[in-house]
Amino acid sequence: MGRRKRPGGLGLALVASLVALPLLPLLLWAFTGVWRFPDLLPSELSLRGWEYVAGGGGRAPEAILNSLLIGVAATAASVAVGLPAGMALGGYEFRLKGLVIFFVLLPILVPPLASTMGIHLTFIRLGLADTAFGVFLVHLIPTVPYTAIILTSVFAERGGEMEEAARTLGASPWQTFRHVTLPRAVPGIAVASLFAFLLSWSQYALTLLIGGGSVITLPMLLFSAASGSDPVITAVLTVVFALPALLALVVALRFLRGHGDERDLPFLGRPS
Amino acid sequence: MVGGVFSRFKIPLLLAPALLVLGGLFAGGLYAALVQSLGYFPAIGMTEVSLDAYREVLGSRRFLDSLLLTFYVAGVSTVLATVLAVLAALALRRSPSRISSVIFQVPITVPHLVAAVGIALVVSQTGLGARLAASLGLIGEPAEFPALLYDRYSVGIILTYVWKEMPFVALVVLAGLRGVAGELEEVARTLGASAWQRFWYVVFPVISPGIVAASLIVFAFTFGAFEVPFLLGRSYPTILPVMAYDEYRSVELTDRPAAMAINVLITLVTALTAALYLRLSRRIGGRRGSS
Repeated sequence: MGRRKRPGGLGLALVASLVALPLLPLLLWAFTGVWRFPDLLPSELSLRGWEYVAGGGGRAPEAILNSLLIGVAATAASVAVGLPAGMALGGYEFRLKGLVIFFVLLPILVPPLASTMGIHLTFIRLGLADTAFGVFLVHLIPTVPYTAIILTSVFAERGGEMEEAARTLGASPWQTFRHVTLPRAVPGIAVASLFAFLLSWSQYALTLLIGGGSVITLPMLLFSAASGSDPVITAVLTVVFALPALLALVVALRFLRGHGDERDLPFLGRPS
Repeated sequence: MVGGVFSRFKIPLLLAPALLVLGGLFAGGLYAALVQSLGYFPAIGMTEVSLDAYREVLGSRRFLDSLLLTFYVAGVSTVLATVLAVLAALALRRSPSRISSVIFQVPITVPHLVAAVGIALVVSQTGLGARLAASLGLIGEPAEFPALLYDRYSVGIILTYVWKEMPFVALVVLAGLRGVAGELEEVARTLGASAWQRFWYVVFPVISPGIVAASLIVFAFTFGAFEVPFLLGRSYPTILPVMAYDEYRSVELTDRPAAMAINVLITLVTALTAALYLRLSRRIGGRRGSS
């Protein structure tokens, strides 16, 4: 009450260690050779798990490559589709705008499992089931809404004066887009791409349903390892699986340095 | 002229690609799920529309157990995550924002499966917790450590959700604490309010709509999520999305309408929660705008 400065260090340390707690055994197991039961630390270290990931007999390299390719494709498609949507929703007022935003947000809020099971039959008929292309298509269900909403907030935060000036000076719509709109939207596009990639990279359920076990991505492999009995392989795959998220975090923090404040997920705090 | 046509249909043209993709994949998929839940399944010779699947699902013991488990897991996870988020935000409100941001963004960004495996390695019978208990002499054998995975109370699933979802709520609370609530609290402090009075009468009313909105998101997500219970849950009862998946993978094609009926019910609950969230956040936004 009367105290001005509270010792905030204790709370900080507590929260930080709770956040770090599940990540700690992952890192230890990933480099473990022998770790007998009551021991608190491994008694021998080894790189066995990493040799497996690098291709020592397993399907890890193929799975990682599949995850990367599907992720990059889903990101590119989401930005291509989400950028114009973001320009319309962020830059203009029009009738039924609220309804359109609700429709775009719904796939984020409602689990995509239902629609994916529903569309499975059609995918089988079209020959899209059990193919990487089919998996890429269903990954768009969560990635397109996120990119569109992030880009909407990017375009909503700034007015269209520069575009108007460009048009007044005689630029065509395409020239305006290419030389005025696009360059200014690059940071927003980068954030949206990062999100889209991470979302696709993290997908398990949709890949399982549409890939049907024929399209092996990293989470598919990780899931079967986690259901098995080798914690070393499981831990290594999990660390690799977490890597892009952690890298993205480092990049995002450097990127946001100028702003100084934390940014929560751009869509969630304020959807409209 | 191309330019003229373009500017006239500009907004529909800009929206068309996204709406086509989402309309085809998401809305089309939901529509197909609804039609199949009504028993219309020409591929296997079922062409009569009926509510049989719903009757069958809603009347089954398995569905009831599953529904209760789903509400239990989603409810407990949401409440725990929210309470801990408020405490964590209060603990970190005076820390530099870069530090709190890093701490909270890690669980938000990391995939759910990473959290599930990490939690499993902490709470399993040979995990860090059991090792710690053994070295303190509390247990002798791994089997003496309580089973917290694949267990009755879904401890592993709930802990995973709390770890993953708490930081998201905490960031929302933190933003509130550092904004208007913080300023009002200073005023209350000057007027002589105690720490508890300041929290209960000043800070909490200001941040609570944000907390409710964020916890609705957490509830909708944990109600409909599949992979964590699929990995760490028991085989009976299962959470609703896992039950839908099991029915869907069943050899009996006639189980498919039941799977779709469960899907439609999950969608209804989460869509309702989402609608509540959107209403609430619009109200918050509106109030902020008018102030």
